[in-house]
Amino acid sequence: MAAHLKKRVYEEYSKVIQIPPEEAPQKKLRLSKPSKSAALHIDLCKASGSTEALQYLLQFARKSVEADSVEGVIRILLEHYYKETDNSVRLKIVSLLGLLSKTKGFSPDCIVDDVKNTTTTQRLIEMACKHLADTYFGVRNKCLEVLGHLGTVDSPLSRDGEAHPSLSGLRDVQSVISDYFGDQEPRVRTAAIKAMLQLHERGMKINQIIYEQACRLLSDDYEQVRSAAVQMVWVLSQLYPESIVPIPSSNEEVRLVDDSFGKISHMVNDGSWMVRVQAAKTLGSMLQVSHYFLEQTLDKKLMSDLRRKRTAHERAKELYASGEFSSGRKWADDAPKERLDTNAVNLIASGACGAFVHGLEDEMYEVRIAAVEALSLLAQSSPSFAEKCLDFLVDMFNDEIEEVRLQSIHVLREISTNIILREDQLDTVLAVLEDKSRDIREALHELICYTNVSNKECVQLALLELLKNLNKYPTDRNSVWKCLKFLGSRHPTLVLPLVPELLSTHPYFDTPEPDMDDPAYIAVLVLVFNAAQACPTMSSLFSDHTFRHYAYLRDSLSHLVPALRLAGRGVELVGSAAGPGSVESAQVFLQDSLNRTNTIHSLEAPGSQDLLDFTIRDLQRLGELQTELAGAADFCATYLRCQLLLMKALQEKFWNMAVPLCLKQNVMATAAARQILEETYKLEFVYSGLERRQVATVHHVRLQARALQLVLTARTRKGLEPLVSSCDKFLQEVDSFQRQFLTELPHFQESFVGKLLELMPRLSSCKTVELIKILQSTLRQSSMLPLTLPQQLHRATATIIEPTGESDNPLKFTTGLVVALDIDATLEHVQDPQSRVKVQVLYPDGQAHVITPKPGDFRKPGPDRHRLITQVYLSHSAWTDPGHVEVSLLLAYSSSTSSKPSWADSTDSLPPPEGAIEGTIPFSKSVKVLIMPKPARR
Amino acid sequence: MPEIKVTPLGAGQDVGRSCILVSIGGKNIMLDCGMHMGFNDDRRFPDFSYITQNGRLTEFLDCVIISHFHLDHCGALPYMSEMVGYDGPIYMTHPTKAICPILLEDFRKITVDKKGETNFFTSQMIKDCMKKVVPLNLHQTVQVDEELEIKAYYAGHVLGAAMVQIKVGSESVVYTGDYNMTPDRHLGAAWIDKCRPDLLISESTYATTIRDSKRCRERDFLKKVHETVERGGKVLIPVFALGRAQELCILLETFWERMNLKAPIYFSTGMTEKANHYYKLFITWTNQKIRKTFVQRNMFEFKHIKPFDRSYADNPGPMVVFATPGMLHAGQSLQIFKKWAGNEKNMVIMPGYCVQGTIGHKILNGQRKLELEGRSTLEVKLQVEYMSFSAHADAKGIMQLIRMAEPRNMLLVHGEAVKMEFLKGKIEQEFSNIVLTINLKHTFLTYYLEKGTLPDPKKPRTMHGTLIMKENSLRLVSPEQAMKELGLSEHHLRFTCRVQLQDPHSDADTLHRIYMHLKSVLKGYTTQHLPDSMSVMVESIVVKVSSSTEDPNTKVLLLSWSYQDEDLGSFLSTLLKKGLPSVLC
Repeated sequence: MAAHLKKRVYEEYSKVIQIPPEEAPQKKLRLSKPSKSAALHIDLCKASGSTEALQYLLQFARKSVEADSVEGVIRILLEHYYKETDNSVRLKIVSLLGLLSKTKGFSPDCIVDDVKNTTTTQRLIEMACKHLADTYFGVRNKCLEVLGHLGTVDSPLSRDGEAHPSLSGLRDVQSVISDYFGDQEPRVRTAAIKAMLQLHERGMKINQIIYEQACRLLSDDYEQVRSAAVQMVWVLSQLYPESIVPIPSSNEEVRLVDDSFGKISHMVNDGSWMVRVQAAKTLGSMLQVSHYFLEQTLDKKLMSDLRRKRTAHERAKELYASGEFSSGRKWADDAPKERLDTNAVNLIASGACGAFVHGLEDEMYEVRIAAVEALSLLAQSSPSFAEKCLDFLVDMFNDEIEEVRLQSIHVLREISTNIILREDQLDTVLAVLEDKSRDIREALHELICYTNVSNKECVQLALLELLKNLNKYPTDRNSVWKCLKFLGSRHPTLVLPLVPELLSTHPYFDTPEPDMDDPAYIAVLVLVFNAAQACPTMSSLFSDHTFRHYAYLRDSLSHLVPALRLAGRGVELVGSAAGPGSVESAQVFLQDSLNRTNTIHSLEAPGSQDLLDFTIRDLQRLGELQTELAGAADFCATYLRCQLLLMKALQEKFWNMAVPLCLKQNVMATAAARQILEETYKLEFVYSGLERRQVATVHHVRLQARALQLVLTARTRKGLEPLVSSCDKFLQEVDSFQRQFLTELPHFQESFVGKLLELMPRLSSCKTVELIKILQSTLRQSSMLPLTLPQQLHRATATIIEPTGESDNPLKFTTGLVVALDIDATLEHVQDPQSRVKVQVLYPDGQAHVITPKPGDFRKPGPDRHRLITQVYLSHSAWTDPGHVEVSLLLAYSSSTSSKPSWADSTDSLPPPEGAIEGTIPFSKSVKVLIMPKPARR
Repeated sequence: MPEIKVTPLGAGQDVGRSCILVSIGGKNIMLDCGMHMGFNDDRRFPDFSYITQNGRLTEFLDCVIISHFHLDHCGALPYMSEMVGYDGPIYMTHPTKAICPILLEDFRKITVDKKGETNFFTSQMIKDCMKKVVPLNLHQTVQVDEELEIKAYYAGHVLGAAMVQIKVGSESVVYTGDYNMTPDRHLGAAWIDKCRPDLLISESTYATTIRDSKRCRERDFLKKVHETVERGGKVLIPVFALGRAQELCILLETFWERMNLKAPIYFSTGMTEKANHYYKLFITWTNQKIRKTFVQRNMFEFKHIKPFDRSYADNPGPMVVFATPGMLHAGQSLQIFKKWAGNEKNMVIMPGYCVQGTIGHKILNGQRKLELEGRSTLEVKLQVEYMSFSAHADAKGIMQLIRMAEPRNMLLVHGEAVKMEFLKGKIEQEFSNIVLTINLKHTFLTYYLEKGTLPDPKKPRTMHGTLIMKENSLRLVSPEQAMKELGLSEHHLRFTCRVQLQDPHSDADTLHRIYMHLKSVLKGYTTQHLPDSMSVMVESIVVKVSSSTEDPNTKVLLLSWSYQDEDLGSFLSTLLKKGLPSVLC
């Protein structure tokens, strides 16, 4: 029978191939005819045999279907699918459904729903169950996979009654899968666990009963099984953290999360390093574990707490002799101390103790890094654990692999809120300041910024080591100063007793005035001034020149030196002392200014232009004062400037005049349009944290600018021919705007776009001249779109730290060869800098080179901050005098990446999304570097 | 009954002169062939006469396996092969083969040239001995002959150290040699797969120690050295030329480079140069860091460490000197120690284990006055520090290895008896399924793998039934029926055994007493009394009683059992050998 069917299918196929293509190549149908589905329906009903039906279907397949009629067609097809008995026809219908589902603008959900409603799923599951007993492991693997993807826990499934008459009872997927935890083939065991995890991922409730089985699999012979089992145990521990499990060979019980924590800790000693990495990583996410168990991971010896004793007497004895093993630190202390107590019951296997100690000294650095990360996560949630793991983390600063050292420094910084460093720990930490690697030193500076120390010796020690560092590596200047700033402001009372010594003042004698340009002296002053901010008595210890230096530094390094209240001195430099509530008030101010401008509709209204001007100025100033709101204020100011430009360009009088009379204004308006375009790109790509609404607003302004450009070109140019293509393009843009911001459209009802969209059917058919007219009138009628204040807005900024641009010594190199220029810059609030940030080098002759730095040159010292340390290669032909090249950073953008393509765009039948505009925005101040290419000596 | 016989010729319950004989499946293998550092007479070598009294070594031994190049594991090798006489294969890893002769030559020089001993092996003998060596690769299975195969696993400890799995048929033994489960600055951790050997012979030097984290130790070490050097003191670190020395060198070298210290570091003896060369070459045997970075810079090319000259010891100012040997029992380290011992600013750091009887051992135990050979005494004023850098597995490491290999039985060697006893308890607590024996005194005790308990009546049988596959149909039938169908005749294999018993009763009464006794012991078995044929049947086992011809009180029991009941039969024979209980109900 089967063979016969197969043959028939082949026959059908051969017929398909024989039919010659009758119709011309695909034609796109513009009209939507309801008859489409109806015709098909009639055709299919007419068909007497399967062959005929197939013919109709084939014919139908060659025509394309409009998006709006797809649904109807699909319904018809599905209907026939169920009625049809012939397999080949059904096959064709399904393949048609597949094709149709790819139609643009049609969501395939309804098909899927429909299919799901049928018994397909159920049948698949039954099929999978039946083949689970297959002898070939691949079949069992796939069956388990299917069960994992489709099975549901709630509905029990009946096993095939004939095959297993004894098991006629109902069983759920979970128990079926868990049967294969004990399969003889390791790959099947892995597949079974993976299927179970898949069930969990799909939101099914996994029963706790498999916990024991999963634990047993932790000691499997094969690493992939163990690795999967670690995951499984972890999942269960997260699902049932509080349930109680018994400890084998005793009547004690522990929480499940503790038990599984012990078991996974045990896996840190596994033979395979992949499993070790997995186990170490997993430990980090088990935050509910109780602290007895947690602390045990830092001690290799089994502590008495984790044993349950039968009698109080024995417990007392246990407390007396805390450890039975020696530590190997002293000679001859390793004689056995305590005899074994057979009544003791281990709550966790001794292999689990010291999991982190093992992990941190593992052979493979991957395991060490995973362990460090896990430590960090656990320490952040438990202060007492943070205290305990400190020594271990500090020890990791001596790791042989730099990556691990760096990671442990970062981790220590993250948990530093929970800890205070002791002197000996600080000593070890500070020793790393002499490290050759710049990354390590800077990470350490960052760490010191956040560290709390215990006494004044520590502060002094830190200062000394930092000064040593400064001496050894002068390039660390900024970083060291910043570090001292925080050190000072964190420990004002500890700095106070050190002040006379630090400033080398003497009660009777005047000491010589130190050199103001000495970085080390500046470093000391930064420390002292920052401490003095919170400690008003300190200023009485200053000598005269200190005050003078303060005034100087307050101006030159204002970001490092805070404003001080220096009573009785001429240097009353206390600024507008920003009170604590000022952020909110600034926010209110920002909102008010925006509200005020929202009332403006056109510039004709008296004073409106002034109002805008002033508001822009206010916002800019606000941005300077309130760094928290700088992004938002800047954004609003720029937006308002765009609006202002637009309004100016659309002023009444100018549009009423004849073209030749207002050439000047025309030029001005064209320039304005271009500027608005540029600004909108800045608005869209330089600021991060924009909401969809704001992006839409920015796009709206851009559309207006484009329309303005179009109108202006139409006015100045004679012929309309070149305009046709740009008009088309404009319409496409409006269209894509509509598609992209479908959800936002209600907000744009009254705006320029809203009006355009209303007129859309007319626009697409009318002539260019008419279009321009419509555009002009709508543009002029359109009012300013009110801007909603975004919540979290940050402007991407970049500062080039090196080169400083102060050097007078030219960089000399031989003509035609290259010279490397070190660039060190910090980037803030830049998303995905690896692909977006470029370096531009501008030569005096106007040549500009854009260089893309290597991805490895970007470092991430903190959230939303990046650091670019790279080298750019310069070259030029010979010059007679040294000349400046300008180095600046650019932010590249491309509109295609920002706009999310709708699902239909991904099909290859369509052209790539139109109008992918790419460009760059300079976002840093440029720095001048003096270079001098010399002619090569012969 | 499978029997693995282990005879330690040395290092049964002490450290030094490791030499273990293993008989497995009719093959005899010698594991390691070391010397003892604490003795200068015949006791320093293993007692080969235990074997040679029955003939030549070559006839007795199938192969010799050397786990690593430390002298207490390979020091007696030329003595054994050339002076006692052994011509069979000697197996060791490539690095061991390269470095071993250097150490042996050095050892020979000290003994013969310095101490003037005669009757010692010569340089030529070392060379001849090395010709018999067959090199091994990691995880390579080597067939020694048709039945015996060996396989080496990475053991850490020192460069080229290996654990060996010895396999004859289905029986296998794993010998660990010395191993280390925590990686260090230059070597990785020991690793073995789940090979489930019948017997695991493990060292147990640090049976009662669980060491602190490696980094703690490193930090302490560096701190102590740094402080002494800053004070202007001299630091002596007695080491064995190879092994720990390289780790500590790497540690100090990186520290010096990082801290930009200027005090000189010296390394004594020229042999180090040669050995360091091999360290540079055998990169694959080192740890991840060295393996990854050697392209840029080989970690064994030291910048700050220079060769030592005798005259430098009197130089003023701070310095750090690595000197050999490690237990301060002879050579350069002892000379320098004598020079520096008087100054309390100086420091000696003992980074490893010291055998009893050496000066190292004495000063570590707090002795402040030492008697030297020439009846002179030496006052020890310098600071003595101990830091366990020796790369042996600690208790935790041993447990970890057991967990990795999952052996059925376990034998602890190479350690002290009391400590082994302690560890035994620990292991029994943790792994209830392992039969554990710790080796008793280093007098030659044999260890039998024996089944001491009553076999389970529902045990798996040799043959339960037969599955006949004929024309796509399967049938399960009893063996008898299968044989009948296939026309095969059944062969019976029976074991018989005579047991003598003192019993004053008559034969019939004795038989009855035996019957009652067996019935009380063997609860799950069918026991039958057949008085007419004067016998007792337990399953297929027949026990017959007859009086001895000379003495009517001595009864001779004739036991006979079939192969299928081998376990029960052997149990019964041991049971009856013990005699009958006097009181029977």
